[in-house]
Amino acid sequence: MTEVRTAKPIIELEGIRKTYTSGSITFEALRGVDTSVAEGEYVAVIGPSGSGKSTLMNILGCLDNPTEGSYVLAGEDVASMTETQLAEVRNKRIGFVFQQFHLLAAQSAWRNVELPLVYAGVPKAERKERAIAALTKVGLGERVENKPGELSGGQQQRVAVARALVTEPAMILADEPTGNLDSRSTDDVLGLLDDLHGAGRTIVLITHEDEVAARAQRNLVIRDGLIVTDTPVVRGVSA
Amino acid sequence: MNWRETLRTAFEAVHAHRMRSILTMLGIVIGIASVILTVGFGQGARQEVQDEINSLGSNLLIVSPGSSTDDSGTRGGFGSATTLTLADANAIADSDVVPDAVSVAPVTSTSLSVVAGDTNWTTTVMGTTTSWLDVRTRTLASGRWFTDSEAENGSKVVVLGSDTASELFSGQSPVGQTVTINGTTLTVIGVLDSSGSSSSGTSEDDMAVMPLSTEAALTGSTSSAVSTIYVECADADVLSAAYQEIDTLLLTRHDIASGDDADFSIATQDSLVDTASSTNETLSVLLTGVAAISLLVGGIGVMNIMLVSVTERIREIGLRKALGATPRVIGQQFLAEASILGLAGGLIGIGIGVIGSWILPLIIDQPVTLSFLATAGALGVSLALGVGFGVYPASRAARLTPIDALRSE
Ligand SMILES: Nc1ncnc2c1ncn2[C@@H]1O[C@H](COP(=O)(O)OP(=O)(O)OP(=O)(O)O)[C@@H](O)[C@H]1O
Ligand SMILES: [Mg+2]
Repeated sequence: MTEVRTAKPIIELEGIRKTYTSGSITFEALRGVDTSVAEGEYVAVIGPSGSGKSTLMNILGCLDNPTEGSYVLAGEDVASMTETQLAEVRNKRIGFVFQQFHLLAAQSAWRNVELPLVYAGVPKAERKERAIAALTKVGLGERVENKPGELSGGQQQRVAVARALVTEPAMILADEPTGNLDSRSTDDVLGLLDDLHGAGRTIVLITHEDEVAARAQRNLVIRDGLIVTDTPVVRGVSA
Repeated sequence: MNWRETLRTAFEAVHAHRMRSILTMLGIVIGIASVILTVGFGQGARQEVQDEINSLGSNLLIVSPGSSTDDSGTRGGFGSATTLTLADANAIADSDVVPDAVSVAPVTSTSLSVVAGDTNWTTTVMGTTTSWLDVRTRTLASGRWFTDSEAENGSKVVVLGSDTASELFSGQSPVGQTVTINGTTLTVIGVLDSSGSSSSGTSEDDMAVMPLSTEAALTGSTSSAVSTIYVECADADVLSAAYQEIDTLLLTRHDIASGDDADFSIATQDSLVDTASSTNETLSVLLTGVAAISLLVGGIGVMNIMLVSVTERIREIGLRKALGATPRVIGQQFLAEASILGLAGGLIGIGIGVIGSWILPLIIDQPVTLSFLATAGALGVSLALGVGFGVYPASRAARLTPIDALRSE
């Protein structure tokens, strides 16, 4: 884990600001964020509620545009991309895990997992195969036909993780993926993220739990829209 | 994402909201069903007139006195003028002059009351030649037709229409019985089969037919005027040739220089159908217009529900975008949904229209003829409505930014 930051950067942020306007009130959620994340790095973003973590992740995931600043993703300036190109970036390079799972309630687990592959134009038979393989990887090989409503919260989040990894994206963005889970399920999901990291994926994890942050290689602490500390994690004895 | 995926996703969405989808389609269902039925009514009415006129015979030219070519195309003075004579009919029958005429039947007609016992019935009393039966392609239900010699001698014989026979003799066999018209007693020698025209109330089955000379004696008429000359042609191809020949012949015989001043008119069965259907058509155009408006309202209903659907499924849209759906794909998905609603509404509407076309004639005694063209057109229109009114909601969905869509509650 020496000198990960000299590896090729996948994320480069410079002077990122985000101002929300609702009516006459403007609110500056990010006030100049500069950082970079190297390929294969496992970063946890921590900070109090309302500090701008989700705002940052939405920008990293190309779901939202910064008001100011530049975001270079894998060498490409995001600001210059069209909505269609951004869709392709989200589809091919990024896997999302949301705090609220965001699964389609009417569809079975494997149909949820295959969704990114549908938009990638993968043929149907291969999609099903890969979706089931991904579900098996997260330990849900037996529940592929169940709808989200028939699964526990932890299982639903594992479906979401399977959906994030099914396209084998270079980067996984997880916004409080364990926020709605008990400690057992939290361990399951974090174990999956560890595996993905082991397989060389870049992971940006947002959390406000210290134990969760401790699983990462590097912690970014954000407060009032600014990164206040950026420290490598010194691993304890346990794992 | 290919179109098959798009369609499948759209089908799933329509299916997931079954009740709402059905209610959304309702406007289009009603619109399409009413268009199909109103067009069917128009066609049915036309068919009815056509049947009635076809029941006159086949390949007929109908020559009537009086001029026909006023601006509205209606036949002015039908039967009232006395410009056609028996001699005209004989001239037309001359195979050298009008080679395309196969057979000619002049007819005189008067409305008179016929008495049988103590039953009194007013009907059309017609004098004609023996050829009438063939020219008019009529057949006898009982008895016989009058002979050439009876026609020549002015024998006191009469053949009754089927309705007339049942009015006068209610159930009993009329053949061999006598009737009295204008003080003259005639023997009933036959009864005609029903004309087979589908419509009720046609005069084709209410008549008393007899030789021309018998009728002249009966009415005391000394003129040789006739009210109609039926000319049967060999087949439909020679109708216009025969038309020309008769026109030329009668203009010459009546000493008229210009066809515009003709004191007679020649109608084909087709032209009679056109004239008789014109009022019906106005009504059915009007009704179809009303039906078309209800279709439009149905289309707006689709748009309304699609807009609601976009708002309601905003998080789904956001998720799909986060997972890599392009604006185009999202737009296509919603457009496909609207099209499916339109098309399914159209199909159901056609189904109801077809069922209605079986049931309605039983209730209102009006035939409904379904036309393939109107049905196919209706299907096209319903699809176009779905697409047309789906464009706006679809573009709204396509333009949503992923984060706003994801975050909204
Ligand atoms: N769409 C919006 N319009 C206006 N203000 C917003 C909007 N989204 C977020 N904010 C504000 O921006 C700030 C940062 O929000 P953000 O969601 O990034 O916080 P967070 O760090 O993820 O908090 P939490 O830990 O509670 O999820 C908050 O004060 C929030 O109220
Ligand atoms: Mg948050």
